Amino acid sequence: MQGRGRAVCMGTDIDTDVVIAGRYLRTKDHSIWVAHVFEDLDPSLASRLNGTVIVAGKNFGCGSSREQAAIAIREAGVIAVIAPSFGRIFFRNAINIGLPLIECDITCSEGIPVTFDLTSGWVETGGMKYPSRPLSVRMQEILAAGGLVNYWRTHG
Amino acid sequence: MSTLSERILRGMAGEYVDRKVDHAYVHDGTGVLTLEAWKNMGARGISDTAHLHVFFDHIVPANNSTTATLQHELRDFACRSFFRFSDIGGGICHQLMSEGVVLPNEIVIGADSHSCTLGAFGAFATGVGATDMAAIWMTGETWFRVPESTGIHLAGNLVGAAEAKDLALSYVSKLGMDGASYQALEFVGEGAATIPMDDRLTLCNLAVETGAKAGMFYADEMTLHYLAAAGYAAQVQEPEPCSYKQELDFDLSDIVPVIAVPPRVDTVKPVSDLAGLPVDQVFVGTCTNGRYSDLARFARIVKGRKVVVRTIVVPASRVVLQKAINTGVLMDLVEAGCSIGTPGCGPCLGSHMGVISDGEVCLSTANRNFRNRMGVGGEIYLSSVSTAAASALEGEITEPEVS
Repeated sequence: MQGRGRAVCMGTDIDTDVVIAGRYLRTKDHSIWVAHVFEDLDPSLASRLNGTVIVAGKNFGCGSSREQAAIAIREAGVIAVIAPSFGRIFFRNAINIGLPLIECDITCSEGIPVTFDLTSGWVETGGMKYPSRPLSVRMQEILAAGGLVNYWRTHG
Repeated sequence: MSTLSERILRGMAGEYVDRKVDHAYVHDGTGVLTLEAWKNMGARGISDTAHLHVFFDHIVPANNSTTATLQHELRDFACRSFFRFSDIGGGICHQLMSEGVVLPNEIVIGADSHSCTLGAFGAFATGVGATDMAAIWMTGETWFRVPESTGIHLAGNLVGAAEAKDLALSYVSKLGMDGASYQALEFVGEGAATIPMDDRLTLCNLAVETGAKAGMFYADEMTLHYLAAAGYAAQVQEPEPCSYKQELDFDLSDIVPVIAVPPRVDTVKPVSDLAGLPVDQVFVGTCTNGRYSDLARFARIVKGRKVVVRTIVVPASRVVLQKAINTGVLMDLVEAGCSIGTPGCGPCLGSHMGVISDGEVCLSTANRNFRNRMGVGGEIYLSSVSTAAASALEGEITEPEVS
């Protein structure tokens, strides 16, 4: 699985409260989460995420188990999130809803293209190619199915 | 020779395993998405092996029509599908699971990050999101990567005004917010045996704030005694020599009252460094510190005096509330000027009550002080119950007295 997008740089320890605040959770209307994604980090970010790859510092998605965080990022048009490590519940959630996560420590430059290949395990940006940590076999299967809902629709 | 995680999950660290789940639970927050994902999976039935629970604790009672509608749908489904259901006022999911439900060696999955709390019983307990939980509803099992473990060796006894919460914040500070990512924490050593069950729950509760998937105590005589009172017979878990990925040592007598400074749980300072900082609101409760022993400790300090800032006390469960009524603790709190909330999560996640305004400071006994969590522009400082009580009486951060 390959992908390409413009880099959006973020810091370390981005928690899921910052991704989508508790005050927006009580709805099934995904457009509300998309409208307010990363609002507490930068209110202008939500409208600029389509077609991007988020390149963050370690421990992205730590904190609350709220799956709305992963859904909001995916539905805002983000192609993948790259970070040296992730909050483990967010890690499972993102794969489960079909948002690729890549464990890789890269230098981020805002706006420049980032290309990745999940199957072969590399990320390329700014003229550098970095190896990424492969997903587990199960996670690859879930992601290939488009998420855990589709996985169980076909495997159940 | 295995860690407790390896024994319960029956695999070696790093190995991927599929295991049946003994208890799986959601709350009104995560349950709504779980139900939606379960329906989307084809709704091919409900596992008859796992014990499935639904707890209403996050926004209780419902604050508006949208929430009420979502809760109505989940309540209706839970009751029709014979889930074990606890409606508003029952209490916080993790607390209810700790009141004679979870047993040593069980695998417990909650759709909430603080499900790691239940590792206090020598269970493997961890959090997942809604879609993972929907698959557990359907199949009764899930996959795990057996974690490496961090050994936290405890020696001696807590002294002075220090509490288990101060130890919890101290280990989070030492490890950092990702210091135990993808790992399990094991609390071991002769100091661990001295720690009461309520405090073990507090210590395991904060494991996730280090990135850990579980925080665990080995079941010992203390655990068995607690479970016997709930009508269960269980076996002691003897620790084996095992290999830890990293190890920390704490002499409990070195622990002092501390505070986590916003917006990070791992930015921890002695209370004395922050003394005098004005506080607008004090909040006592949550899955970290809303148990009876917490309310009783708070009441002991404020009894016969008046809090000088708005102070919200939310019991973690109905059982906690009943005990506080029966022992007079509740009257002491009310007479001191505290507001009492419906058992549940209260203002911890800033979604329906006890929200703080821009520029306000809340001193809270909860587990997270992330940016804007309890209200846009507000700041959350995290402390022990005794520090919260001493500060509520002064209106500023105040060192607790040695009782």
